[in-house]
Amino acid sequence: MTRVSHLTTADAQLQGPKGPKPKRAFSGANLFIYGTLIVMSLYYLLPLWVMIVTSLKDMAEVRMGNIFSPPAEITFQPWVKAWSEACTGINCDGLSRGFWNSVRILIPSVLLSITVASVSGYGLSMWKFKGSEVFFNILLLGAFIPYQIMLYPIVIILRELGLMGSLGGLVLVHMIFGMPINTLLFRNYFSSIPQELFKAARVDGAGFWAIFFKIMLPMSLPIFVVSMIIQVTGIWNDFLFGVVYTKPAIYPMTVQLNNIVNSVQGVKEYNVNMAATLLTGLVPLVIYFISGKLFVRGIAAGAVKG
Amino acid sequence: MTVIENPSVSIKNLDLNFGAVKVLKDLNLDIASGEFIVLLGASGCGKSTLLNCIAGLLEVSGGQIHIGGTNVTWAEPSDRGIGMVFQSYALYPQMTVRGNLTFGLKNAKVPKAEIEKRVARAAEILQMEELLDRKPGALSGGQRQRVAIGRALVRDVDVFLFDEPLSNLDAKLRTDLRVELKQLHQQLKNTMIYVTHDQVEALTLADRIAIMKDGLIQQLASPKEIYNRPVNKYVADFIGSPAMNFFEGTVDSGVFTAGNLSIDLKGYEFTPTGKLGGLAWFGIRPENVIVGGDGPVQIDVIAEIVEPMGADTLVWTHVAGAPFRIRMDGTSTVKMGDTFGVSFDPAHASMFDKVSEERL
Repeated sequence: MTRVSHLTTADAQLQGPKGPKPKRAFSGANLFIYGTLIVMSLYYLLPLWVMIVTSLKDMAEVRMGNIFSPPAEITFQPWVKAWSEACTGINCDGLSRGFWNSVRILIPSVLLSITVASVSGYGLSMWKFKGSEVFFNILLLGAFIPYQIMLYPIVIILRELGLMGSLGGLVLVHMIFGMPINTLLFRNYFSSIPQELFKAARVDGAGFWAIFFKIMLPMSLPIFVVSMIIQVTGIWNDFLFGVVYTKPAIYPMTVQLNNIVNSVQGVKEYNVNMAATLLTGLVPLVIYFISGKLFVRGIAAGAVKG
Repeated sequence: MTVIENPSVSIKNLDLNFGAVKVLKDLNLDIASGEFIVLLGASGCGKSTLLNCIAGLLEVSGGQIHIGGTNVTWAEPSDRGIGMVFQSYALYPQMTVRGNLTFGLKNAKVPKAEIEKRVARAAEILQMEELLDRKPGALSGGQRQRVAIGRALVRDVDVFLFDEPLSNLDAKLRTDLRVELKQLHQQLKNTMIYVTHDQVEALTLADRIAIMKDGLIQQLASPKEIYNRPVNKYVADFIGSPAMNFFEGTVDSGVFTAGNLSIDLKGYEFTPTGKLGGLAWFGIRPENVIVGGDGPVQIDVIAEIVEPMGADTLVWTHVAGAPFRIRMDGTSTVKMGDTFGVSFDPAHASMFDKVSEERL
């Protein structure tokens, strides 16, 4: 047996590099990365800054033209006006009407589209039938057809269904257009769940709906959150379908915002326009902030493999 | 082949095609009640497919499956009187162990008191009473597989199906659970069908082994028979580790010749149908080769590679141009380059026809 003697050598006697490699804070790579990040964030944050400060100024101060300077005197009057007093056509009750319209469109559209997409995604991944792949590909194709092509045919379909210009019609349209991407999401998520789990449930006597509700749903919070984010932002920000398939009384918030900002009568009230725009953008923003946390939690909960 | 009266599971002329690919071809298999059958084969041989067909998780393309005397070819998996254990355990992650055990019973609308009784019994048999309120995520691999077995157990069925249940466990745990499975079978006396690619599991657990290749059963026999009298070269080569040594040569009037090696086949038991001449394979297992010894066949070999494996030492060499393995005692002191004499008895050998590869 040879004695292993080098292990007894004191650490101090080692020559050359030892321990962790030193890191330089101001290396070329670091400067480049952080420089780029700072420039990019300025690029995105500056317009937001301008919007916020302008919405808090009165018109006299806006006219002075110093768009980057903070308000000399903070006023919330533009926000109040944007919410409850701004005029579109003959209605002068501000964006609040559009906000509630949008909420009434959003909730059923999101619920319906996620329900339909999750069930179809589940069916297409777990209960494959002859031609299910073809069916899925046709569905996917729908995601690549430009909306403009389908705009007028849908007008006709809605008219025949008696849904043209109604809230229900718009909800139906949102549900259909949400299907391809959300079905894809759910199908891929369910495909990643081990087939054996599905088989075990079948041996245990669970059918289509029992497996969906008792086994699959509790495991799929993350993908529901992802799908919800996509649908909420997509539907809330929608302008095209809102303006085409509804009528002024039930215009969503985005359409009403456009009508306020683009109205040609009277002075351009930049502070009110800025406040109105910020108000409209608030919902997706809040969703991102709330569900961002939920999203991470959902992934952590789903990470425990059985 | 013995005819089994009132088989527990009976597979009749089973075909299964995936599109144009024929995975199972006209397969017949009768399994006696209380028998432990192992389906063994390399990956892609159709063994898991066959198990899934028995479970009803795959629709068959032709033929019938009978379980407990009933034709269940069209029955739902839950109505077939089977319990199944999967390689990945397939426990429902959001349910506790108790939830996992009772899920199937609740679906079958079993009365509450009965459910309690069965869960208590399964927990006692598998010694997992203290685990009942834990989630699968908080269990070790061995405990998870025990729960998975429990889930089959509470169903109170006659036939258990195992799909490579030990493959995800580490080596030590696998050995422990293997013994537990054998005890469980002796205790419960259910019919068990067990799929594996691990020949040690197959040899240790099975009453009978079905070796499968390309969707056909090559040999269906007891582990001993399969090991000592393989019906063809595939089975001989597949079973046994290290694999059987083969020489390619000719048989002529009771003597096998391969290059400069000539073996007198006195003592070898030819099959009644085997022809006694022509091109053939001669196979002898590494453990049937004895260092020194006074066997009828004596050869001198040079140790090319020596692999000490603890209990045994494996020596690699060449004889008559073919690779030759010898399994020696673990205390052997043979070194690389040593020359020594070995011997074996043709009575332990297996001979196969060169073309058909059937046993001679």
